[in-house]
Amino acid sequence: MTAISLAELCIFACSQAFKTDREMIATGIGPIPRVGAGLARLTHSPGLMMTDGEAYLVEQPVPIGPRGYDDRKKAGHLPFSRFFDSAVWTGRRHAMVTPTQIDKYGQTNLSALGGTHAQPKIQMLGVRGFPGNSIYHINSMFVPTHSTRVFVEGEVDMVSSAGYNPAKRIAGADYSGIDLRRMITNLCVMDFGGPDNAVRVIHLHPGVSFGDVQEATGFELIEADDISTTPMPSDEDLAIMDRLDPTGIRAKVLKDNPMVSGANA
Amino acid sequence: MAELDKRMSAADIVGRLSDGMTLGIGGWGPRRKPMALVREILRSDLKDLTIVSYGGADVGMLCAAGKVKKLVFAFVSLDAIPLEPWFRKAREAGEIEVFEMDEGMFQWGLKAAAFQLPFLPTRVGLGTDLAELGGLRTVTSPYEDGETLIAMPAIKLDAALLHVNRSDRRGNVQLLGPDVYYDPWFAKAADECFVSCEELVEKMEDAYPDDADANVIERCFVTGVTEIAGGAHPTSMPPAYGWDMAWFKDYAGAAKDPGDWSAVKDRFVGADEDAYRESVGGQSAISALKLPIF
Repeated sequence: MTAISLAELCIFACSQAFKTDREMIATGIGPIPRVGAGLARLTHSPGLMMTDGEAYLVEQPVPIGPRGYDDRKKAGHLPFSRFFDSAVWTGRRHAMVTPTQIDKYGQTNLSALGGTHAQPKIQMLGVRGFPGNSIYHINSMFVPTHSTRVFVEGEVDMVSSAGYNPAKRIAGADYSGIDLRRMITNLCVMDFGGPDNAVRVIHLHPGVSFGDVQEATGFELIEADDISTTPMPSDEDLAIMDRLDPTGIRAKVLKDNPMVSGANA
Repeated sequence: MAELDKRMSAADIVGRLSDGMTLGIGGWGPRRKPMALVREILRSDLKDLTIVSYGGADVGMLCAAGKVKKLVFAFVSLDAIPLEPWFRKAREAGEIEVFEMDEGMFQWGLKAAAFQLPFLPTRVGLGTDLAELGGLRTVTSPYEDGETLIAMPAIKLDAALLHVNRSDRRGNVQLLGPDVYYDPWFAKAADECFVSCEELVEKMEDAYPDDADANVIERCFVTGVTEIAGGAHPTSMPPAYGWDMAWFKDYAGAAKDPGDWSAVKDRFVGADEDAYRESVGGQSAISALKLPIF
């Protein structure tokens, strides 16, 4: 039996989230979402486009970890100076990010925790591009440590990205661009497929129960009727992950790098 | 007829700024920031500034030095060190006012200012806390759709500071890196725009005519130019040199220990630019910094 780590299971789940028959930019922030986006590009979704993280579009996803500056093969150009025109505000992007807090409406926070806006208890990054991303294009999330600290009770401290919260909607405004897809965590895969976009668990990783996930979540979850075990990557998928992460950074993302298949699973 | 000559010293440039001004700073996070001009501000008595920046150590240092009254920002980050530690200290101490917005709204506000408009409409910000926190108002489309949109106010700048690869005496600049970020819009949103450059030439048409397509900011938007090789250090300046991650680590560490800007200011700012350059190993060390990969 092939040895498969939980990180590799998550990468495969991320690649499934990116699946599309359209052409758009795929942005995976962090090693697991980024390798997941690359895997999607190289297997089922050739329309996906990605950058080298600096300014150039590449058709061969750039491996994570150390490499030569000129190792990338430039196929196109998408600098930050055109990013809103060409990717975000034209709705041609799927981003997968790791917010600090997420609530039952899919609202996220990466700006600041606690205190007030004038004096936060913990200042983080600021809202970055999250408000625009959330109102204009597809978004998914990756959460390496599924807990009630991330999936909070009530609402996030500072709403940095828009979700499905009816109290945050004003008359006459267009929220049709909000399209939250999947949340992949170290325990499960969730979507917003419940009633009124409620968060729903669709896959459980091997050995995890729905009760375990609910216990680690600050709001009520829905168990999908057809809930199933998270699909395993194939040997071909694993070989591509090796190419996209040649130095094995994915083994350092999840605590203790647990295995889900093979000798130590 | 005298040809235009916009040459100034860094001190001349800072002398054109005054307390309470709104200053835009080009670049992006730890990338191609006009750091030598920021250092010159840090050596001056300027205060009560409103800083408009896709922020990195420029914002962190100005906050640490108590120069900032208000910050207009979407993020402040050193990329590989995600949280800018000196900015974080200032925020957690409640020392600065802020106008926080999305990265795209930010450039939209600069464009509104450049076009001399009071605002530009956008959907960005809807469904988030930004509108309420920033006092943003809405407008209604006058056409059949009647859509409600956020009116992103113009971000008018008293002055903008940029660092570019080349300029001539008349302010014909060239930006050779792969990304101009929003520097052209900082220049156009500002009453005056001051540019430091790696290399100053007499006439661009004689020196580098083949690179004229790198002239992404027309010279009517450039007020003054000064030559400061290594002027983006510690930030990246492609294709000339990369960022100095060892410097950033030292700088970030100092926010914890000793955590007092006055104790480390000399180390990170220098008495003058020559002293600063020597303290980081000289021009050869800066030129040897490898371009970052992502």
